[in-house]
Amino acid sequence: MSQANLAVDPHLGTMETKPFAIPSSKLVMWLFIISDAVTFGALLFAYGYLRNASPDWPTPFESASIWNSLLMTFILVTSSLTVLIALKAEQEDDRARAFRWVIVTAALGVLFTALHLREWMDLIGKGVRTFQNPWGSPMFGATFFAITGLHMAHVVGGVVALIATGLIYKAGRYSAKHIEILALYWHFVDLVWMFVVPLVYLMNMKR
Amino acid sequence: MNAAEKSNGMAPTYIVYVVILAMAFFQVLFAILAGPRLVPMLILAFVQASLAVNYFMHLKQERPSLFLALIPYTLFVLFMMNMIWSDSFRLLHMRSLAK
Repeated sequence: MSQANLAVDPHLGTMETKPFAIPSSKLVMWLFIISDAVTFGALLFAYGYLRNASPDWPTPFESASIWNSLLMTFILVTSSLTVLIALKAEQEDDRARAFRWVIVTAALGVLFTALHLREWMDLIGKGVRTFQNPWGSPMFGATFFAITGLHMAHVVGGVVALIATGLIYKAGRYSAKHIEILALYWHFVDLVWMFVVPLVYLMNMKR
Repeated sequence: MNAAEKSNGMAPTYIVYVVILAMAFFQVLFAILAGPRLVPMLILAFVQASLAVNYFMHLKQERPSLFLALIPYTLFVLFMMNMIWSDSFRLLHMRSLAK
């Protein structure tokens, strides 16, 4: 540590180097993601516990719901791609293009939520409630709405964050770092959905 | 330099995007044709997730210490949750806890 550096920042000598060579805000997002992964994991395990213990667990999802879940997967994975395109545009110093792709990502999130709500309305129309349904174990509705509801809340929260961050970024007060950290969150939402589809939709497919 | 800046273009990202979508399609097709099978579908989901973590979230391009600080412990916690199954099967057969 040179005397010149210490003269610039007197705390420099006492600061530790970053252990993972990433900004603290990015590390915090990673820590949030792993804690959230465990939350979703606990919910999915609780669902598995109840499903396994209930001999009359309903399997209500017809092929229309299954194809709808595949369409939702396509939208969410595509939104992961568009947020990466936004990040690439930012690295090329094209703020306008980066902002456009962030908004495209948010629009895909809105479309995903709309399809999900349509699925919810369809099930509610068939008589599914949190603690009752016409087919079997009353816990089906509780687990389905809890898991997909928490996921949908993450998507809605992500859409709000994307729009807010995009606008602040467009105004020049945020940098690529902020978009990258938000992109991490958005990819995580995508990642959770990869487990929700087989466990909640495909395992409860009508046979 | 951050992880995204280290990436060499978007080509690997597009490939991973197509592979993840193809796996999702195969998963649904498999479930429709052969019926839902938990283990193969979970394996596919884990492969999809690892691709997303490594290529979309760029964990592959970060220091290995970040991977070691995050992933093994998360997997360990999720693995330990498997202790619930014995009670789930007991509940299925309504056996008393006391013998």
